[in-house]
Amino acid sequence: MTLSTTPGKKSKGSKLKRIGSAALVAAFWIAVWEGLYYLVNQDILIASPQAVIARGAQLIVTSEFWMTAGLSLYRILIGYLIAVAAGVVVAVATSASKIVYSLLYPIISILRVTPVASFIILALVWISAGAVPSLMAGIIVLPIVWANVSEGIAQTDIQLLEMARMYRFSRLKIFRRIYIPSVAPYFTTACMTGLGMAWKAGIAAEVLSVPKLAIGTNIYDAKRYIETADLFFWTLVVIILSMILEKLVRLAVKQIMRRVIGGGQPDGAETRI
Amino acid sequence: MELKHVFKSFDGKAVLSDVSLLFPEGQISCLFGPSGRGKTTILRLLAGLEQPDSGTVDGVGDRRVSVIFQEDRLLPFCTAEMNVSVAAPGVDARLWLEKVGLADDAGKYPTQLSGGMCRRVALARALAYDGAVFLMDEPFKGLDREMKLRMMELVRRSLRGKTALFITHDLEERDFLGDSVIGFE
Repeated sequence: MTLSTTPGKKSKGSKLKRIGSAALVAAFWIAVWEGLYYLVNQDILIASPQAVIARGAQLIVTSEFWMTAGLSLYRILIGYLIAVAAGVVVAVATSASKIVYSLLYPIISILRVTPVASFIILALVWISAGAVPSLMAGIIVLPIVWANVSEGIAQTDIQLLEMARMYRFSRLKIFRRIYIPSVAPYFTTACMTGLGMAWKAGIAAEVLSVPKLAIGTNIYDAKRYIETADLFFWTLVVIILSMILEKLVRLAVKQIMRRVIGGGQPDGAETRI
Repeated sequence: MELKHVFKSFDGKAVLSDVSLLFPEGQISCLFGPSGRGKTTILRLLAGLEQPDSGTVDGVGDRRVSVIFQEDRLLPFCTAEMNVSVAAPGVDARLWLEKVGLADDAGKYPTQLSGGMCRRVALARALAYDGAVFLMDEPFKGLDREMKLRMMELVRRSLRGKTALFITHDLEERDFLGDSVIGFE
């Protein structure tokens, strides 16, 4: 008996339905925001949606806005990508060797529990303000990737490894056909969770290190000059950029995994990647 | 292949106690009997996947071994064809899938196949690999009788002159395939 699967491609109708429901959710929360604004009735505490949109309309036509958003994105992305690569390498090394695990575990533990603010202040002493957000994004992401990838390696199916041993799979084949599919869902989770954390840490680092042309610097200035609409707008920019990047990273990870694994999943079957 | 005075226990529970067995070369040996008597442990000891607590095991050594485990152990992200060709590169995987009656299912993933079909993919993989030794743990598990008879015939033909050991608790399988039978009470 062949198991039936649902169609793999989403229909146009369901896509429209999803967009419609997302618009409804957005409209609901904007209405809540508007309601809160009228309830509090103090522009210093809560900016109105209209004020934020008006301020945004002023800013997005300037080249400075795009350079600011682009540079913040660049700084955080650099730290994030280096940390993802390093996290994978460290996870492989600590899973393969108990000595390496014993050596590196204390450092990773310190990275996990030390407050970001402490690192930011220290980093400001050591390196230039522009590099601090990248470093912070990396410091936050590395332990997340390490922990998830290590768990994925630990959860690799021993039965498949035994089968591979009996059929004399090469190391590369074991890596590609058994370890990568096992680690893929954990790696994807790490990438998604890490991305959100990278944005939080990166922007916090920008607020404290105030580099030139940075979203965090604009947030800091908005706080200094009590420009609540600016603060709301730049926060909105961070949320939108983070959401776009999350979609792109998810897509990229999926594509990379499919390529590396070489096989895939049947259309419509639940995908683990 | 031979076991001499082998003792093996798991978590303090003795599974094999002073077991000595000889499996003649070039024959299909059958370990026959109910579950929980240590038959799978013997197969795993011979494969080198377990070590005895004491005694000596003269197992498969460095010979190529085709194994059918108790579980199918198929690569979940690979199609039936890939599962065969990844284990046996350079072999016509489709031909072997055709022999086990899965010509039309070569492009399907394990999640799209029934239990019996997955078993036949595992069988095709073992036969395509063409080991010098065959170790098979209930190789026809989950197959209906008609298919089982077809597969037994295929295995019998493919293993002619080879050293093989298979586990079963099915009388028909024992009588059809086993050149020598070791019964477990």
